[in-house]
Amino acid sequence: MFTDFFYYLRSQGLAVSLQEWLTLCEALDKGLAGASFTRFYGLCRAVLIKSEADYDKFDSAFIRYFRAIAEASEEIPPELMEWLNKPAVTPGNYDEEIARLNSLLTPEQIEEMLAQRLKEQKEEHNGGSYWVGTGGMSTFGNAGNSPTGIRVGGQSIHHRAFRVAGERRFRDFTGDTVLDTRQFQVALRRLRQYSAKTDVPKTELNPDATVDATCENGGTLKLVYERPRINTVKVLMLMDSGGSMDYYSGLCTALFQAVRKSNHFKDLKIYYFHNCVYSHLYTEPTCNPAKWVTTESVLNTLGRDYKVIFVGDAEMAPYELWGGQYAKRKSGLDWLLTIRDHFSHVVWLNPGTGDSYWGVCQTYDAIRHEFDMYTLTVKNLEKALKKLVSAR
Amino acid sequence: MKGKTFGGSQDYVASEELLSAVNIAMTLQKPLLLKGEPGTGKTMLARSIASSLHAPLYIWNIKSTTKAQDGLYVYDVVQRLYDSQFGGEGVDDIEKYVHLGQVGEAFESEERAVLLIDEIDKADLEFPNDLLWELDQMEFTIPQTGRTVKAKHRPVILITSNAEKELPDAFLRRCIFHYIEFPDEALMRRIIGVHYPDLEQNLLDQAIAAFYWVRGLPGLQKKPSTSELIDWIRALTFSGIPQEEILRQIPFAGVLLKKNEDLESLEKSKARRRF
Repeated sequence: MFTDFFYYLRSQGLAVSLQEWLTLCEALDKGLAGASFTRFYGLCRAVLIKSEADYDKFDSAFIRYFRAIAEASEEIPPELMEWLNKPAVTPGNYDEEIARLNSLLTPEQIEEMLAQRLKEQKEEHNGGSYWVGTGGMSTFGNAGNSPTGIRVGGQSIHHRAFRVAGERRFRDFTGDTVLDTRQFQVALRRLRQYSAKTDVPKTELNPDATVDATCENGGTLKLVYERPRINTVKVLMLMDSGGSMDYYSGLCTALFQAVRKSNHFKDLKIYYFHNCVYSHLYTEPTCNPAKWVTTESVLNTLGRDYKVIFVGDAEMAPYELWGGQYAKRKSGLDWLLTIRDHFSHVVWLNPGTGDSYWGVCQTYDAIRHEFDMYTLTVKNLEKALKKLVSAR
Repeated sequence: MKGKTFGGSQDYVASEELLSAVNIAMTLQKPLLLKGEPGTGKTMLARSIASSLHAPLYIWNIKSTTKAQDGLYVYDVVQRLYDSQFGGEGVDDIEKYVHLGQVGEAFESEERAVLLIDEIDKADLEFPNDLLWELDQMEFTIPQTGRTVKAKHRPVILITSNAEKELPDAFLRRCIFHYIEFPDEALMRRIIGVHYPDLEQNLLDQAIAAFYWVRGLPGLQKKPSTSELIDWIRALTFSGIPQEEILRQIPFAGVLLKKNEDLESLEKSKARRRF
């Protein structure tokens, strides 16, 4: 039964390894789960799951796999629950024969029996070996003496496995949800390329070179220092500050702040554009023409090695991208392509998904066709940044 | 179950889930990896386990420049070179220049020790991988002296991470993982009770209500944590501000919120609410 659960978790996209599975088996052998389903749940999660981002996935997989028990426990009437939560321990009713018989039951049989008992039972039973009750020998209820069985109620309601799993409190941590500033920052740390070919003072002792130099120096100590390795990544960020972006302003502010705070870049330049890039880029998010620079000059001053991150929803009127009546001038798409081809690494982060209520936007498709476009989530940002540092 | 189990201590209140994770890790003799919001008591936990087991505690604070070997041992080559130049005594004795790090000390300890590797994510990405063998086998060899340092008793190992970097899978597979959630109100009351046993009920109610309201404000850059609440309650008790004013005024908000933007948004929210 358990090996199934292993494969089930893997089929749900949880990367549970054999090593972790064996650890879980060892833990069960050592009796760490006890007879409590809650502790079994806690044990599985602690041993198998290594990121809070996967807690939610695990919770829902756990619920689905053990659904039968979950459904049975949902049918338990509240008054029964309440009474089960106050166990009245009956000492000295341990019966070896019943214990032996109970231990032979499969979990499926116990579930079936529980469902059946729930239909029959109309009153409290403590210390017995048939009904659902406390301190007894039956396979259900709590504080009982049966070696196997389903815990019904008991402890605080929050510590019952299905309640805990059922709450799915970790939904917010799932990798697919949209990010906050800190998560952005964590992701941005991926944008690193170390190099010692920089112009900072030599502060790090190089032991190997020191030994060589000392030997050559006839045994008198000679210390050799070298430059520390530092991040050489330079970033150019181009943000859409147009009307349709207002909807995503919270998200973009978070990204913007995260980028600004990431002081590990060698250089960071941020410019703004309104819907699409044309001959000028703005230096302020208000897109004030008094504060603009020509796109040409930006391209001329920034080398090919800048990593370019476009942030925009890529949604605009078609003429804004293709030119339409202004066809004489260089169209927006041409400008975008000029920028794309000028730099070696370019990605496009999109806070939206392109499908506004009037359908998937034409310009969205066109831009996605030309750029590596990523919808702005934790996973995708990581993918995008990986793309930025990867060799082409 | 082998050895003692950990059930929290007088000055440390932990959730059931955390306690069982600690006991799982101790029974399976695997490192326990703890993640969670800052201020949820990750570092405190190690102290509390050490004191409840009466075990010595070794803390290895990781910085961005820390190398895996630093925790095992340091061979002071430069000192030895200098000594040899100026005819210091015992230059032949390499052992004299090998200093054990925190991991080495914990291995050598005569009784079972508690080892805290604090903020492992601060170090280089490859750092955890460099420790795999040592944490698995609980031994390492110092090549200069040929000595093998082997753990006399497997230490209880706690590792904390603030999720600044992702840890390598091979490392994660060997750990027991627990994410410390921010304490809910009931747990928070117990935590406060440990710090201020004689606090007036009304003050506590007001402070907790105000605290969770502030934490719930949308758009906070840094949410206040437990340690900030504890400081804030101290400030409140000393100030003598009428208790019914706490929730309304939120005095000394600077203790709870450390960023100007957050304080501003608190002021705005205070103006908007209806009590």
